[in-house]
Amino acid sequence: MAEVLIYVDHVDGAVRKPTLELLTLARRLGEPVAVHLGPGAEEAAKVLGEHGATRVLAADAPEFADYLVVPKVAALKAAYDAVSPAAVLVPSSGEGKEIAARLAVRLESGLITDAVDVEPGDEGPVATQSVFAAAYTTRSRITRGTPVITVKPNSAAPEAASAAGTVEQLPVEFDDAARGTKVTSRTPRESTGRPELTEAAIVVSGGRGVNGAENFPVIEALADSLGAAVGASRAAVDAGWYPHSNQVGQTGKSVSPQLYIAAGISGAIQHRAGMQTSKTIVAINKDSEAPIFDLVDYGVVGDLFNVLPQLTEEVKTRKG
Amino acid sequence: MSLRIVVCVKYVPDAAGDREFAEDLTVDREAADGLLSELDEYAVEQALQISEESGDAEVTVVTVGPEDARDAVRKALSMGADKAVHVEDEDIHGSDVAGTSLVLAKAIEKTGYDLVVCGMASTDGTMGVLPAMLAERLGVPQATLLSEVSVADGKVTGRRDGEAATEHLEAALPALVSVTDQSGEARYPSFKGIMAAKKKPVEELDLDDLDLEAEQVGLEGAWTKVEEANERPARTAGTVVKDEGEGGKQLAEFLAGQKLL
Ligand SMILES: Cc1cc2nc3c(=O)[nH]c(=O)nc-3n(C[C@H](O)[C@H](O)[C@H](O)COP(=O)(O)OP(=O)(O)OC[C@H]3O[C@@H](n4cnc5c(N)ncnc54)[C@H](O)[C@@H]3O)c2cc1C
Ligand SMILES: Nc1ncnc2c1ncn2[C@@H]1O[C@H](COP(=O)(O)O)[C@@H](O)[C@H]1O
Repeated sequence: MAEVLIYVDHVDGAVRKPTLELLTLARRLGEPVAVHLGPGAEEAAKVLGEHGATRVLAADAPEFADYLVVPKVAALKAAYDAVSPAAVLVPSSGEGKEIAARLAVRLESGLITDAVDVEPGDEGPVATQSVFAAAYTTRSRITRGTPVITVKPNSAAPEAASAAGTVEQLPVEFDDAARGTKVTSRTPRESTGRPELTEAAIVVSGGRGVNGAENFPVIEALADSLGAAVGASRAAVDAGWYPHSNQVGQTGKSVSPQLYIAAGISGAIQHRAGMQTSKTIVAINKDSEAPIFDLVDYGVVGDLFNVLPQLTEEVKTRKG
Repeated sequence: MSLRIVVCVKYVPDAAGDREFAEDLTVDREAADGLLSELDEYAVEQALQISEESGDAEVTVVTVGPEDARDAVRKALSMGADKAVHVEDEDIHGSDVAGTSLVLAKAIEKTGYDLVVCGMASTDGTMGVLPAMLAERLGVPQATLLSEVSVADGKVTGRRDGEAATEHLEAALPALVSVTDQSGEARYPSFKGIMAAKKKPVEELDLDDLDLEAEQVGLEGAWTKVEEANERPARTAGTVVKDEGEGGKQLAEFLAGQKLL
């Protein structure tokens, strides 16, 4: 059976959920072979094996942390040469897309980014994408080379599937190009203890209507009662009320949770681009004419400072 | 010698208009008015700031696109760029990012450069991969998705706010950068700038000028194929209630009904 390469997104061996989703999609196309770069391969291999990875090709070298993107491309190319896979799947993060892009050029292969689904087809994998701020859905395939596809988080439910997950060392050589861009310092983002925005099942976002950093605890309190991640519109981020890493939209994160709650957000096209594929959408806004209400499954026209605390209390009571 | 900065700008359909697909499943450029991709204004802005800082630099904007793409070029020139290169050829129509990056690489090599500045993503394709592909093709370091950038002593440095960490990056010139919309608001063209732009040189190039063959680019040369494009059914309007003091409770009721609580 054909093999499919999966690029593993992890933090020191803790595999992130989107990678497990990739494994689920990859199994439709062939036998998943995971590529693990950096520390923690043994730990990761357990989880990867439980989700269907037959082999885990592992490489660790200081270059992966010391230089931007290109060393990882070199490693993925080495894995490609060793495996001759039917397709390469990479999680759709900023970095993942860049790795995939450079690999595609090296392989002279077509590239599809931000797929929300991947299925086998007569002429190779068919990828579904959501385009023009989710106004259209396209189905595309690659017509040249080995398909390289980046897949958005929350595109599939990770399924357990037991496989060997055998760790094999992957030899990688780095040329000068791999050492072109030096990472002179790195400050890891501090964990808030809340779920990752792109992976969360529920997201509660606040916009300009929150009216100040000092009011964001109203959003956070609701999020915490629901076990949700916190998002923000660009207006709230630009005003300095919430970190940019929490921005939802075209130039922020793109989210697709089971439930998206927008409070004090008008629903501009650039914001919608990042949340329109959410399963259920709820909005609270003072203005009954706000465009966000065109999208909602349930909307409340009202003051978020009245509605959210009441909702938070009610959630707490019901969850007991 | 002066610092040669090339900025890649794209002409895109207005996101506020109705964006559609044409019969050949390429973006319909007739359906909506076009403009300079807003995210590329940040690239022009950073290029101009680097140029001003250096005191001895030349900023060239490069675009690959249809005749109307001149509008995008003119906007960048009126912001303050010195000259422009516009690659236009019927055979480029329908190129995917592999084709576009090939054409851009050739045009940029022909122009000559020390620093290439791109936007973080185009507002129509929103792939955000062209800068990485272009760096790969040009064989220069990439310092991408920067929210802060500066050039000194033959090096470019910048800050990248990644998913998991904030990184400071450094690369020797020649190099390629892309900048985010966090890099600083773009300036508005002044009246003087708009008038001056009319006299600035715009070099028109086609595939022949770049030693490229039609089959390397365009719909035929594309390495990907869109097989179907379907308008997503509009979300059916849900229930909207007015808060009369029980709004939060009603909302909880709805969520419980949807098994979301
Ligand atoms: C290139 C580009 C990229 C962009 N990228 C993004 C992006 O990634 N993400 C993003 O979000 N935006 C993005 N934007 C900006 C976008 O166009 C909007 O400006 C932004 O989304 C507006 O944020 P908002 O809805 O919070 O603010 P507003 O549009 O000002 O809306 C605030 C809303 O709050 C309501 N309100 C006020 N007070 C209350 C209250 N007490 N209770 C309830 N409701 C209240 C108001 O009725 C109003 O509807 C981008 C723009 C451009 C040009
Ligand atoms: N046709 C084009 N002409 C010039 N620059 C482009 C073109 N397409 C993309 N770019 C540049 O590449 C960046 C990322 O584009 P993309 O990968 O298409 O999202 C843009 O912000 C531009 O700087």
